[in-house]
Amino acid sequence: MFDRRLILNFDWVLLLLVCVIAGIGISNLVSATASWHLGGTPIYMKQLLWLCGGLLLALLVCCFDYRHLEHFAIHGYIISIGLLLFVLLLGKTSMGATRWINLGFFNLQPSEVIKIIMILMLARFFGRTAHPLGFGFAELWQPALLLLLPVALILKQPDLGTALMVVFIAGSMLLFAGLQRMTMLGLVLLGGLAAVGGWFGLHDYQKQRIRTFLDPEADPLGSGYHIIQSKIAVGSGGFFGKGFLQGTQSQLSFLPERHTDFAFSVFAEEWGFTGCGLLLFCYMFLIIWGIYIARHSADRFGMFLAIGVTAMIFWHIVVNLGMVIGLLPVVGVPLPLFSYGGTSMVTTMLGVGLLMSVSMRRFMF
Amino acid sequence: MGLDAKWTELPHVQRRFVLFSIAVGLVFLLLTLRLWYLQVIRYEDYLERSIRNRTRILALEAPRGPVYDRDGNLLVDNRPSFRISVMRQDVVDRDALLQRLAQLLDVELAVLEERWREGRRFPIYRPVPLATDVSRDIMERVQEHSIELPGVLTEVRPVRDYLEQGSAAHLIGYLGEITEDELNSDRFSHYQPGDYVGKTALERTFEDFLKGEKGQRLVEVDVKGKLLRQLQVEQALPGNKVYLTLSRELQRAADAAFGDQSGAAVALDVQTGEVLALVSRPTFNPALFARGIAGDEWLALLKDKRHPLQNKVIAGQYPPASTFKMIVALAALREGLITPKRVVDCYGDFELGGARFRCWKKVGHGTTDLKKALRESCDVWFYQVGLELGIDKLSVAAKEFGLGAKVGYPLPGEKSGVIPTQEWKRARYNKPWYAGETVIASIGQGFVLSTPLQLGVMTAALANGGKVLEPQLIRKIEDWQGRLLEQPQPQLIRQVNYPPEAWKAVHDGMVAVVNEPRGTGRVAQLEGVLVAGKTGTSQVVRRKSDEEEEQEKNGEVPYRLRPHALFVAFAPADKPQIAVAVVVEHGEVGGSAAGPIAKSIIERYLQLQTAPKLSAQGG
Repeated sequence: MFDRRLILNFDWVLLLLVCVIAGIGISNLVSATASWHLGGTPIYMKQLLWLCGGLLLALLVCCFDYRHLEHFAIHGYIISIGLLLFVLLLGKTSMGATRWINLGFFNLQPSEVIKIIMILMLARFFGRTAHPLGFGFAELWQPALLLLLPVALILKQPDLGTALMVVFIAGSMLLFAGLQRMTMLGLVLLGGLAAVGGWFGLHDYQKQRIRTFLDPEADPLGSGYHIIQSKIAVGSGGFFGKGFLQGTQSQLSFLPERHTDFAFSVFAEEWGFTGCGLLLFCYMFLIIWGIYIARHSADRFGMFLAIGVTAMIFWHIVVNLGMVIGLLPVVGVPLPLFSYGGTSMVTTMLGVGLLMSVSMRRFMF
Repeated sequence: MGLDAKWTELPHVQRRFVLFSIAVGLVFLLLTLRLWYLQVIRYEDYLERSIRNRTRILALEAPRGPVYDRDGNLLVDNRPSFRISVMRQDVVDRDALLQRLAQLLDVELAVLEERWREGRRFPIYRPVPLATDVSRDIMERVQEHSIELPGVLTEVRPVRDYLEQGSAAHLIGYLGEITEDELNSDRFSHYQPGDYVGKTALERTFEDFLKGEKGQRLVEVDVKGKLLRQLQVEQALPGNKVYLTLSRELQRAADAAFGDQSGAAVALDVQTGEVLALVSRPTFNPALFARGIAGDEWLALLKDKRHPLQNKVIAGQYPPASTFKMIVALAALREGLITPKRVVDCYGDFELGGARFRCWKKVGHGTTDLKKALRESCDVWFYQVGLELGIDKLSVAAKEFGLGAKVGYPLPGEKSGVIPTQEWKRARYNKPWYAGETVIASIGQGFVLSTPLQLGVMTAALANGGKVLEPQLIRKIEDWQGRLLEQPQPQLIRQVNYPPEAWKAVHDGMVAVVNEPRGTGRVAQLEGVLVAGKTGTSQVVRRKSDEEEEQEKNGEVPYRLRPHALFVAFAPADKPQIAVAVVVEHGEVGGSAAGPIAKSIIERYLQLQTAPKLSAQGG
């Protein structure tokens, strides 16, 4: 049932955007890890491999008609919940949190998988249910339940960043589906209450991060170190940057986590405001393009799928950039296509594949 | 599912797409504005912080200025020394490290722990010194074990080297690590913890000349503080060269002549007031301070009853005794009370209002004129003349010669001595002046006190015809490249005027002291040169301890109660060049204990004047 129109309608713009951003990201990793003198495959080579694998995965996904996924979403959801439970009981513990399942070649992180699965589940729900006047509380118990179960499990790990991401993605999709005014007010109120209540449920390191965000200079060598060093790196880049491989903050290791969460700081230091502007433009183009795909999707499921994936990429970008430039607290969220990491690359590319799939089939009814 | 397509085209759905796009645009605008703020508006601030992050300024120790004698012979120099320090940020296990170091350095663990505690006030990237001036053996031992000692550094730094050991130590002074109080004072505000500064005397007063200017190394470090490369060097500027008025050769002669006795000696140039030699005994070794003095060594110096840390030339106050007699004679001559031919009959004592004042010679001197009174140091002659003169006129004359007030020694610590007047006694003790007090003041006893330096200045003024000169210590100061910075000129405090006959009478008397058969100072006699001098034996009045009473019964005089021996002299008598004042504490009789020292100094001085200067090295 392969259709020639699929090739004609292939979304080259999306592919190009992804390749450009990932390309910049990999060259940035060359610089970020230049001072490392470890043997083995260099980080940027590994990332290149992940990118190739990710692109292959995306192409595979887009060849598959997304509409079939509507039926598999439930199975995926149940399996994911199972994996989350499994990880809680038997997962690999690192730095006080239990997030991974060791698959030998790859540490599977079920909380990442759940992002895509949640998008599928919610797209399925909103694809089938429409309320021209907006959703009210009465109609929302089902998606709320779908959302809260995995979020609770992720919080238990604990992984506040991912839990927040899942909530943000779901919230964006809900907002797009439309809410009654009173319901929206109620949800905001509920969110506020949850935040206040949540503060007491937070781990000390999480509370510390939020305090640090509010006043990073209070403990410049301790918990404020990340934010301060990152802001110094970004700020000292200036308008034109210090030049490739010339960033002192990154090359002399003052920047922590500079190949993962703080990769953007390395880029900002070396390429300055001009480089950042260009990269931000690419990201914005990607997001707007995602919304464009949603707008021209062939059906409601595809539309919500595209909105969900776009929201996922958007929130990762915003939370990560907000963190490294000191607008948001330090939450361990990678910058899609830019930070080093196989899990992030696979998740993002799965999403990109779905977007491509929706985009290609926009004229198919 | 055909309805789906229509749904996306519904106006409120279309509006939602537009709103979402605008929201995304606004968020990205916010991020861009934030980047603009950080990278453009706050750029310089963050750039500076990134530079501060990666650079460290390391001080380069400036070699302290050397000290030379008047002929350019080195007295104090610098030598390289080894210091063991620790870079605290690189230390893994403090306790284990200090324990291992205590073994290697062979010191108490507590000492190292104390050093570490003191080092807390240093910036984290500055090494904390744990042991200074260690031997090459220890340094090598530490270096061999450097792998077990992460964070430990061996540094080479200049320390003071005293080529003449304790010679003139009281003039030169010593160094010590800067204290917390000093750091907080204005004078040392630009110093850093761990710096060495002058603590006393020349090293203290001329600190600014001697210290030089520290250099800087701007280095790049990584996040662990590891030194990566040098960015910039600003070489240290060595301190200035200070040339003293002291003569190394004369100083050596004076030191040798003084031997182990306690006391002080000073030699002055009669025409300029330059200090040619300065001895204060017992002395101390300033090198002890250069390497950081140990607590017990310091305590021993402080507790020594012979006061090794005191510069007795300026701070020792002694009754001038018979060396004061020239002033009495001159004052009486000026007042017209006497002529040199004035005769007093000495029968060995002098009576006044029922009190008997003894002459040192119990059988008396018989008929005595001025010359004989000086030559044989007849007390009765001076009792009589002094009484006629009165204390106030005597005081005026003494003060004119520089006694009873500081004479302007360029370094701190000078005492002013005492020249009493009636008013002084009333103010001090609220009691009237008694004639008997004038009598004993006339032989430089009683209330009268003077420092050896004052006696030296007085003797120089006696020699040069009344020019009271401020003592000079600094011949010149040059910068390290030899450019002249300062060259102090002789300073005349005042000119004292006496009739020529008065000068001549006193000079004749002083020459007779040394050169005539009955003179008390014949030990100072030199062949071929006329030396003029005067002996003095000053009584020490002290309460006796039981032990000392016991000693006296056995016919001995306890050390503490023995009189001080004094001798002042100038030479050559006809064309004076050098004036000397010597006090030997508890040296008994002036002529025998102090005279030979004065003689040795003068003899060596005259030798040096005639011999070609082989030792001169030039600046």
